[in-house]
Amino acid sequence: MVQVTIDDASNTAMAGIAQEFHGNTPPRDSLLAVRKLKKSYGDIEVLHGIDFALRRGEVHAILGENGAGKSTLVKCLAGFEARNEGQLYVNTKQEFSGADSGAGSSTMADNAVSAQLITAKDWTHAAAEAAGVVLIHQEFNLAEQLSVAENIFLGSELRGKGLASLFLDKKQMIDLSRDYLATLHCTIDPATLVSSLSVADKQMVEIAKTLAKDARVLILDEPTAVLTQKESAALFELIDRLRGRGVGIIYISHKLEEIERIANRITVIRDGDLVGCYSAATLSKDDMARLMVGRELSSLYPKVPAPHESASVALSVHGLHVAGASAPESFELRRGEILAFSGLVGSGRTALFETLVGLRPARSGSESKIFVQGNEVRLTQFADARANGIAYLTKDRKGSGLLLNKGLRENFSLFALAQFAGVLIDTRAEQSAFDKAVDTFDIRMRDTGVVAGNLSGGNQQKLLLAKMLETEPDIVIVDEPTRGIDIGTKSQIYHFLAELAAAGKALVILSSDMSEVIGMAHRVAVMHQGNIAGVLSGNEITEHEIMRYATGLKAAAA
Amino acid sequence: MTKVDFKTAGPFIALIALFILGIFVNDAFLSAGNVSNILARSSFIGIVAIGATFVITTGGIDLSVGSMAAFISGCMILLMNALMAKIDSFVTIIFLAIVASAAIGALAGMINGLLTTKAKIEAFIVTLGTMGIYRSLVTYMADGGTLSLNFTLGDVYSEVYYGTLLGLPYPVWVFLAVAIIGYVLLNMTVFGRHCFAVGSNESVAHYSAINVDRVKTATYILQGLCVSIATIIYVPRLGSASGQTGILWELEAIAAVIIGGTMLKGGYGRIGGTVVGALILTLIGNILNLTDAVSNYLNGAVQGVIVIVAVYLQRGAWRAKN
Repeated sequence: MVQVTIDDASNTAMAGIAQEFHGNTPPRDSLLAVRKLKKSYGDIEVLHGIDFALRRGEVHAILGENGAGKSTLVKCLAGFEARNEGQLYVNTKQEFSGADSGAGSSTMADNAVSAQLITAKDWTHAAAEAAGVVLIHQEFNLAEQLSVAENIFLGSELRGKGLASLFLDKKQMIDLSRDYLATLHCTIDPATLVSSLSVADKQMVEIAKTLAKDARVLILDEPTAVLTQKESAALFELIDRLRGRGVGIIYISHKLEEIERIANRITVIRDGDLVGCYSAATLSKDDMARLMVGRELSSLYPKVPAPHESASVALSVHGLHVAGASAPESFELRRGEILAFSGLVGSGRTALFETLVGLRPARSGSESKIFVQGNEVRLTQFADARANGIAYLTKDRKGSGLLLNKGLRENFSLFALAQFAGVLIDTRAEQSAFDKAVDTFDIRMRDTGVVAGNLSGGNQQKLLLAKMLETEPDIVIVDEPTRGIDIGTKSQIYHFLAELAAAGKALVILSSDMSEVIGMAHRVAVMHQGNIAGVLSGNEITEHEIMRYATGLKAAAA
Repeated sequence: MTKVDFKTAGPFIALIALFILGIFVNDAFLSAGNVSNILARSSFIGIVAIGATFVITTGGIDLSVGSMAAFISGCMILLMNALMAKIDSFVTIIFLAIVASAAIGALAGMINGLLTTKAKIEAFIVTLGTMGIYRSLVTYMADGGTLSLNFTLGDVYSEVYYGTLLGLPYPVWVFLAVAIIGYVLLNMTVFGRHCFAVGSNESVAHYSAINVDRVKTATYILQGLCVSIATIIYVPRLGSASGQTGILWELEAIAAVIIGGTMLKGGYGRIGGTVVGALILTLIGNILNLTDAVSNYLNGAVQGVIVIVAVYLQRGAWRAKN
């Protein structure tokens, strides 16, 4: 018997650690299993021997901080990356069709265990797909200008019979696509163009594609990051149905509530090591967080004392009319204050603040008055906001925040570049400011030569924070500052933000994360359909109150 | 990193290889006259290509440079011939023509830039359009024939092309100066950094408080100025302009940029590489002239092969690195 590695003494007390391997044989019922999997990039080993097994009809969550190696693990499982060491067993065909006999080490007495051992070289992406192992990326792999049906059959198009085999059998593809979508309880017309679909519908098409490929193992990497709550709920129902059909699902997410809701088992990895595999029923959310981080998270949200009543107003906005909003908006922000903007996805938070800082034009013909530290200013472009001591961190750090194919130093200095330049850029000053920021913000990287795209999400967010704070702004606006980030880095970012407020900066947090809003804010402005529905402070800040304003049940007091 | 970085060193290695090939092909290759001829001929495409490096690094493309050169040549010749009757000093006339040339180049570049940024038309389409317009205008101005510079004035102006300083023709010095200014501007200034940022991801540039439209327009204006500078040293060479002037310059300039390692998709540009790229293109023609082994008519074919091979090697090296 091989014990599952546990590198934290306190974990042994945890009940429900599942045993994966008996000797070298994967457990019965496993569709896909790896044993002692190691993976290196260059000289650096990022996975140090992971055991993992996915059973038929289960949802198996993989938990870990950013950079723990979750994505690398699933890429190895799905054949996108070749492992360096370790065995991989697949049993998809045998389970479902009961045809071919297994090879490799399947000489156990139990005939049901006849998994095939596959070498790293043979486990390519194509081989994995042929075996029914499909990874759905966070960024979808869809041809936007093709129809839903064309996407579902992309690469495996159906042809007619006889002479008609020269041509595509569009009708059959559309009919089959409709069937697949129907099994997902999805009513999209297969003939619509993918580009016209919502994000949630695109995800449905991705999943329908896996049905066309007869997927036995579905790997979902943060599928709800781009979905609204309602869309997420629909996805969970779908996952339940797929699980009922015997599909094995590997699920990666940072949202512990989701994992609690849908996972049967949970494998936790930390810094490339296996922490353990647990039955989901035995873990609370606190347990999950503790196992991931390896230490107690005593204070996720640091306490920042509310600003004194005499604190001066840092930002005052009057009559700012966002294009598409029904009415102009006004609000004030004091020094040392943390003002959160809450509301449902699409309630107009981002539009309001991007209009304020000059990133997008206000409604034409509208006149607003904006005061920064008591002086009236005009912010027609983002550079005006910067000149007036305002920084805005976009929520889209990959698309709009960082140049993913450029080095870290160039990214870091891009917003504050004028500070390092006379006629020419003073690269020495730039470098030393960057070194200092790496230290201050605890940005971790393999080596300083990497491009921003190679950083983990949490480190990218810290780099973005360093970039926007290098101008030493007095007013800091952060949009979804911790989206898609592990709990350890989250805590760090909250502490950075708290320090800013404690130093007298005025802070705005735009967030759809309810606990973050409640944990951090002195006041909460709740938005509904493009305007502020209500402002809560002190004891009024509860999830219930926020939801009542956010859903329009309660409107602003007259 | 002890491995040879193909992206940086590749063009230089190719240049040296071609140079060695040249020495073997013909003894005349190394003669002072031939070397200075190669450098002088490279300078036109080289100067235009330095402007193109900025445009391409920023994610744009300018197909109009060849016709623009022809159009500016035509304007300069017409202006100088007209001024002959009014101004006695040849130097003054040439100076005014140079000023006019720079103004037309900058204006033409600005038109390309504004149509791309403000009217939001793809650069390929805008400059395809202006390419046709300038080409047609110069043909119209020459009435389908050739515009010739006044003979006595041409004699004075020809010094700009044929004159030398420290043994090298003036165009070579101009090329060198433009290259150095271009290098400093692209690699050591805020503007250069902004070009890289816009070329890599416009949205990130926008969210970093960079005026994307202004940066893009500025690169087209720079391109226009470079065309004008190339034209100023080109006109005295022949003393004439026609509908055939500067034909295919745009392709040679883009080829030089690409051979030099700049990426057509933007975000990555190398001035040094572009200079080498321009030299490589001229060298190929020169070597084919000096040998009987390959017909000179195959010049374009050899250049085409070199472009494709260069990009293939860069891509291969780029993949391996990642």
